[in-house]
Amino acid sequence: MRYHPLTADDRAAMLAAIGTGSVDDLFAAIPADKRVDGLLNLPRGATELSVERTLGRMAAKNVPAGSVPFFVGAGAYKHHVPATVDHLIQRSEFLTAYTPYQPEVSQGTLQVLFEFQTQVARLTGMEVANASMYDGSTGTAEAVLMAHRLTRRSKAVVSGGLHPHYRGVVRTVTTMSGGTVSDLPPDPEGTEDILAAIDDTTSCVVVQSPSFYGHLVDLRPIAEKAHAHGALLVAVFTEVVALGLIEPPGAQGADIVVGEGQSLGNALSFGGPYVGLFATREKFVRQMPGRLCGETVDADGQRGFVLTLSTREQHIRRDKATSNICTNAGLCATAFSIHMSMLGGAGLEKLARLNHANAVKLAGLLTAIPGVEVLNDSFFNEFTIRVPGDAAAIVEQLAGRGILAGVPATRLEPRHPELSDLLVVASTEVNTDEDRAAFAAALAEVLG
Amino acid sequence: MTMNTQGRPTAPTASAPLPASPTFTGNRGLDIAEPLIFEVGRREVSGVDIEDAGETPFRLGGHARKTPLDLPGLTEPETMRHYVRLSTQNYAIDLGLYPLGSCTMKHNPRLNEKMARLPGFADVHPLQPLGTVSGAIELVAECGRWLLEMTGMASVAMSPKAGAHGEMCGMAAIKAAIKARGEDRTIVLVPESAHGTNPATAAQLGFKVVSIPARADGTVDPEAVKAKLSPQVAAIMLTNPNTCGLFERDIVAIAEAVHAAGAYFYADGANFNAIVGKTRPGDLGVDAMHINLHKTFSTPHGGGGPGAGPVVLSDKLAPFAPVPFVRFADDGSAEFVETRKQAAGSATPFGRITAFHGQMGMFVRALSYMLAHGADGLRQASEDAVLNANYVKAQLMDVMTLPFGDVPVMHEVLFDDRFLEGTGVTTLDFAKAMIDEGFHPMTMYFPLVVHGALLIEPTESESKAGLDQFVGALRHLVERAKAGEVEAFKAAPVFAPRRRLDETAAARNPRLAWRAPEPEGRVAAE
Repeated sequence: MRYHPLTADDRAAMLAAIGTGSVDDLFAAIPADKRVDGLLNLPRGATELSVERTLGRMAAKNVPAGSVPFFVGAGAYKHHVPATVDHLIQRSEFLTAYTPYQPEVSQGTLQVLFEFQTQVARLTGMEVANASMYDGSTGTAEAVLMAHRLTRRSKAVVSGGLHPHYRGVVRTVTTMSGGTVSDLPPDPEGTEDILAAIDDTTSCVVVQSPSFYGHLVDLRPIAEKAHAHGALLVAVFTEVVALGLIEPPGAQGADIVVGEGQSLGNALSFGGPYVGLFATREKFVRQMPGRLCGETVDADGQRGFVLTLSTREQHIRRDKATSNICTNAGLCATAFSIHMSMLGGAGLEKLARLNHANAVKLAGLLTAIPGVEVLNDSFFNEFTIRVPGDAAAIVEQLAGRGILAGVPATRLEPRHPELSDLLVVASTEVNTDEDRAAFAAALAEVLG
Repeated sequence: MTMNTQGRPTAPTASAPLPASPTFTGNRGLDIAEPLIFEVGRREVSGVDIEDAGETPFRLGGHARKTPLDLPGLTEPETMRHYVRLSTQNYAIDLGLYPLGSCTMKHNPRLNEKMARLPGFADVHPLQPLGTVSGAIELVAECGRWLLEMTGMASVAMSPKAGAHGEMCGMAAIKAAIKARGEDRTIVLVPESAHGTNPATAAQLGFKVVSIPARADGTVDPEAVKAKLSPQVAAIMLTNPNTCGLFERDIVAIAEAVHAAGAYFYADGANFNAIVGKTRPGDLGVDAMHINLHKTFSTPHGGGGPGAGPVVLSDKLAPFAPVPFVRFADDGSAEFVETRKQAAGSATPFGRITAFHGQMGMFVRALSYMLAHGADGLRQASEDAVLNANYVKAQLMDVMTLPFGDVPVMHEVLFDDRFLEGTGVTTLDFAKAMIDEGFHPMTMYFPLVVHGALLIEPTESESKAGLDQFVGALRHLVERAKAGEVEAFKAAPVFAPRRRLDETAAARNPRLAWRAPEPEGRVAAE
């Protein structure tokens, strides 16, 4: 087997050195009647060429986003990632290194994480960020648990504009850990009154902006009311590019900001791996989940970086840890950080401006179709339309015409049939005027 | 014009000691110091050319940024230099033996990277119409099918994002199953040698953790488990092979006792690499086990993730698996179940643990690894991993100390620090000295059940010659420690990009983000 350096002679010599007759002797602790007899019922090993054929056939059955006019968002976004990013994350020293437990030989990873943390803190308008979570959804659930610890309360108020999958994850994790969730109904119009749901038992209010349905939310009054009741504001975003154009949550009073970072540096990849961004105020840092990288000096006084404040973490604190997280999203965070470094502040603003302009153009084209209504007064690169008919069926018809049009709300909210005429659509920098025109023409035809 | 016929010297002319004075740049040849992006980048500079947005009106409803985004940018060549220079300060599997115990730092085949980047996998959205991603669903199902065959289990939840997330998934299924029985069990048993994630997971799900001591031989005594079992116990979380590198030989008796008490058996699959194709957890009585695809199935660790932690489940727990999952009809056709509503009828999922469907990019890599190995290669990998660990043990046990005596180990070998007694050298010093020999240190001070633990996992990816060099280096270090070179150990490493770092100072006064230095004028004025 091409991955196994030992030869038959090596194995024999090593067994002799060990002083045993066969490799099976080394497995003697496994009860005899529980050993696999012969080989597992699986195919034999395959050549590289053969594996490429098998997986290539599966891949070919899918329709890649880049091959069609593509308007699907709803928490994962198609963006152009510079070739440099993918090259750099395939450097052996980034790709095949472990978590930087030995800082003397891990400064590359550690400095990237330190830069990543600083970038995330500045993007979100917060003071500190961790070295990443698995993704935005699990990060949101961790933010709720953190708020429970900080407030010593156990009820989270969750906006109906939060991504339905995120709502599901928050519900699962919070209730399993003994907390409760006060879930507002889906908010496609962006008109919910979340202030009314906040009271003295609330640990945190979880609000997404831009919301799942695309609305931009003024977080200030929510932060004010939450703080007045001793609760925290957890601000969530699923499209980090928006922060190039809109006011950061940190400037609006958020206590914990959590979001999905996939848009920068990371492929769609059918949902993962992505990278969760997690930022907060400095005073809350000791209740933060996840790895943190900090600056220090070495024995010669040279600047260097280490993992720090690990007394919060599971490998030290075990059942008293702030989270069970261990492996996070290191390489995805690296990709994010490289892409962000390439853009720079002005570059991200320009990219965000282009995304917004493309979405505004699309909204204009779709509104012009009789019977189609855009629900949003405000949005970034994604908005919700009401269509005369079943949105899921329309999406299928459009897919049949080679256009991937968006996400029907009921795919994520199946218990809310009243949303069946709603479609969430996104337009990023990858769409051309031709793509948008094709979408509008096909939709008009289907509705015709 | 005349030709230069002088030539140049082609042999060294003199050998002088290394100059004491630092270089002008602070660099040492190929060891190039690299500032932070905040020190070299500029806000208005970009390595990405972006089309102009034109005059389209804004529809931001008053939510536009009020201040420019203060982040530095780099041009493309600057980007390349910055990150390539940083990369050279990292150790990596591709540079050498990376013997971190319980981490399974094996070779990462580049075929897997190539497959994960096929547009049909990398460039598909999780919420595209299902008809446009049938190959992606097939891949998820196929990866799951291989895992089920290797583990002998009934069902698999593919969505957990990493090992600890898989633990949460498996334990949540157990919690849901207990609730469905109308019971309230609040205790989870965890052996002392367990990974920290086990007690942390149990606690996060509201369980009380009760510790099970290890017996003198490093394994768990079924009698010690029985002594703690009660109608309050929900589950035991047991790693097998355990973190002492030993197979829990009484695992069947433990599983039977746990089941007899109405509790479930959660297995931590971190060390699955030792037993693939040799025994199946399902046959041993396991009810739930996560599999770290970034360990056993070679998806790259990436400096701390991403991982992937699918959880295999027994018949009893299968109905509680979270959404999404792939359901197979009798005719073999696959249905992708994304919501609890859709699941109704055959299953009662405990909920959802992540957005979307899990770590697809990792599934592709893992399946690529599995297909390449096949049943024969998978078994060979485990056998070679175990053989390599036992060889290291055999070559070192006369100079280092085994806490549990000369018994066969699985894929990793655990030493304690008795061999360093009286030398003044600690496990930490010994590990740092390995860096100067060109190796990444082993896992140190874990597991907690032995003093000054040094846990070595060579994996199947090492050649005999590579192991011989490693063994030679460690024997040399033992000799030096015993020869009284304690000062040299305390100073190690000396040949790394950094000397030992002050972790105490980092924790006492955390600097977690870069801040611009105070302008010099202001400092002078104070």
